[in-house]
Amino acid sequence: MIRLVGIDKTYRVGAHPLHVLKGLHLTVPPGELLAIMGSSGSGKSTLLNILGILDGYDGGEYWLGDALVKDLSERKAADYRNRFLGFVFQSFHLLPFKTALENVALPLYYQGVSRKERLRRAAEHLDQVGLSDWSGHLPGELSGGQKQRVAIARALVTRPRVMLADEPTGALDSVTTQEIMDLLKRVNAEGMTIVVVTHESDIAEQCARTVFLKDGRFEGER
Amino acid sequence: MPESWLELWDVVSRNRVRTLLTISGVFWGMFMLILMIGFGNGLERGMQDTVGGTFTNAVFVWGRTASLPYRGLPANRSVRPSNAEIEALRELPGLAVLAPRNRLGGWRSGVNVVHGSELGNYQVNGDVPEWAEVQPMTFPLGRWLNQRDLDEERKVAVIGKPVMDDLYGPGEPVIGSVLTVNGVAFRVVGVFDTPLGGEDAERVENVVHLPFTTFQSAFASYRDYVGWFTATARPEVPASELEAAMRATLAERLVVHPDDLNAFGSRNSQEEFQKIVNLFAAIRLLVWVVGSATLLSGVVGVSNILLVTVRERTAEIGLRRALGATRVSVVTMILQEALMLTAVAGYAGLVVGVGVLELASSALGEGSGSMGPPSVDLRVALGAIGVLIVGGLFAGLIPARHAAAIEPAAALRS
Ligand SMILES: Nc1ncnc2c1ncn2[C@@H]1O[C@H](COP(=O)(O)OP(=O)(O)O)[C@@H](O)[C@H]1O
Ligand SMILES: [Mg+2]
Repeated sequence: MIRLVGIDKTYRVGAHPLHVLKGLHLTVPPGELLAIMGSSGSGKSTLLNILGILDGYDGGEYWLGDALVKDLSERKAADYRNRFLGFVFQSFHLLPFKTALENVALPLYYQGVSRKERLRRAAEHLDQVGLSDWSGHLPGELSGGQKQRVAIARALVTRPRVMLADEPTGALDSVTTQEIMDLLKRVNAEGMTIVVVTHESDIAEQCARTVFLKDGRFEGER
Repeated sequence: MPESWLELWDVVSRNRVRTLLTISGVFWGMFMLILMIGFGNGLERGMQDTVGGTFTNAVFVWGRTASLPYRGLPANRSVRPSNAEIEALRELPGLAVLAPRNRLGGWRSGVNVVHGSELGNYQVNGDVPEWAEVQPMTFPLGRWLNQRDLDEERKVAVIGKPVMDDLYGPGEPVIGSVLTVNGVAFRVVGVFDTPLGGEDAERVENVVHLPFTTFQSAFASYRDYVGWFTATARPEVPASELEAAMRATLAERLVVHPDDLNAFGSRNSQEEFQKIVNLFAAIRLLVWVVGSATLLSGVVGVSNILLVTVRERTAEIGLRRALGATRVSVVTMILQEALMLTAVAGYAGLVVGVGVLELASSALGEGSGSMGPPSVDLRVALGAIGVLIVGGLFAGLIPARHAAAIEPAAALRS
């Protein structure tokens, strides 16, 4: 599903260029639940942003399915993000003035789906994460775990090829963390390819495979 | 794209305080602009009514006293134009209409006019029919003087409406009735009115007009004498030029030194008219400058708040990009927001402004003194809406550029 061939990334800010990713190779088969582990500042988010086409890279090749993700036009990048990828963030990133249901429906807005159909599909996915009773609530009225579930429903609503989660439990307590992990595992069991970035080993241990990122290189896997 | 407007409505209606703050500047700008234009128009109308109908290119010339000896004639002789001068002046190429006139009594004082047992003091003039081309008049009763009145030296009179109101009881027949001026009887053939108001109306309407010829033969001291000449210039001729030409012609014919400024009095209405025109232009300019500046500051306010908003919404915009929004759709969203906020606020300002003008207008009635009923015309309103749309886009430009520059990866890093 995902194939990285010698991915290189350097941040050029100020006087000293920062070589963050140094020729990464990685293959993620369809349906895998992969964890990317590494200490803070090791380049996990940078890698995930490249996978999410939110950021570019300097060298190598990134294949998403059978499409080479390189020098995409604005339009194409937006389209790939919308149709192929689902994002889950540590800080949820829900729009505070939209209800849970409307937040879930938002990606479909950028597909030009009618409002009625959007809300119908959003309700379906909100139900799948067990929050149909909360669909009319604003994010401010939800707990952290509930917010992340709304975010997961939003990531799934477009039926993407890959779900990308950057420290999805980083802002949650241990009980809620386990609930979210259980949800991710269930979604994975239904066939979704998921890449989780984390620096916690007990998260990584629950994933099918873990790769360790250190100083811009993969150093072993489990 | 009703969907994007719906999405936009979602954003602005859920952020009420911000939205209200944003629109209040434009609202006030528009409101003030409309008010100022409206009252400016009212003022202009009021002043036009006051000077209403007075010719804009008229020249007045009258004989006075010579101050220089000339060709054997002494100084201090009075200068008396005669009927022959009428024909001479008519020959002037720049002249459109010439109306000679005599007046009974002194310059400011009237004479007694008697009707039955009623008596009043009015200006009594000997006039020609052409006077009607200089001073617009309407005739609620009867008619104006005509050429046959002059040719046959008929003893007829046309009186001002206030004269009729003074001398006649309600329902009393006016046309055909007899007035006596200095012992001479005249039959009333018409009552006139003018569009003037205030003092001007009093000066022009408290008048009894007699045929110029009849006047000269009825009152012996005016025989073959013309008190003064009123003329209008052809459209392409400046009134001041005609004034100089009339003075020169009269000076030559009446043997007056060309440099004798005292021999004739004269005046033209163009300078006065020009002053008023300039004043209106200045008021209008001021209104537009101040109003536009107010509106512009409103637009800048919208721009500023949108800019702050874009900064606040960096994460939201990054998220939207991650969910599939293109740069173009983000820019469109900001521009739409700017446009919608300015348009709604401006329209509200327009409606409230026009409403206030309507209220003021009905309170002022037909206007009082120099203030006419305030108003704005459709053209101004449409123009203001156009300015708003441009202003709205303008307001959105800088914030939209900032929004477009947001990198989703950076925006979501937190
Ligand atoms: N946009 C950026 N510009 C410059 N340096 C960056 C940028 N983003 C990340 N970095 C740097 O790159 C390194 C890796 O960052 P990141 O990928 O966020 O690490 P992690 O997610 O593993 O903590 C860090 O040293 C960070 O300071
Ligand atoms: Mg990180």
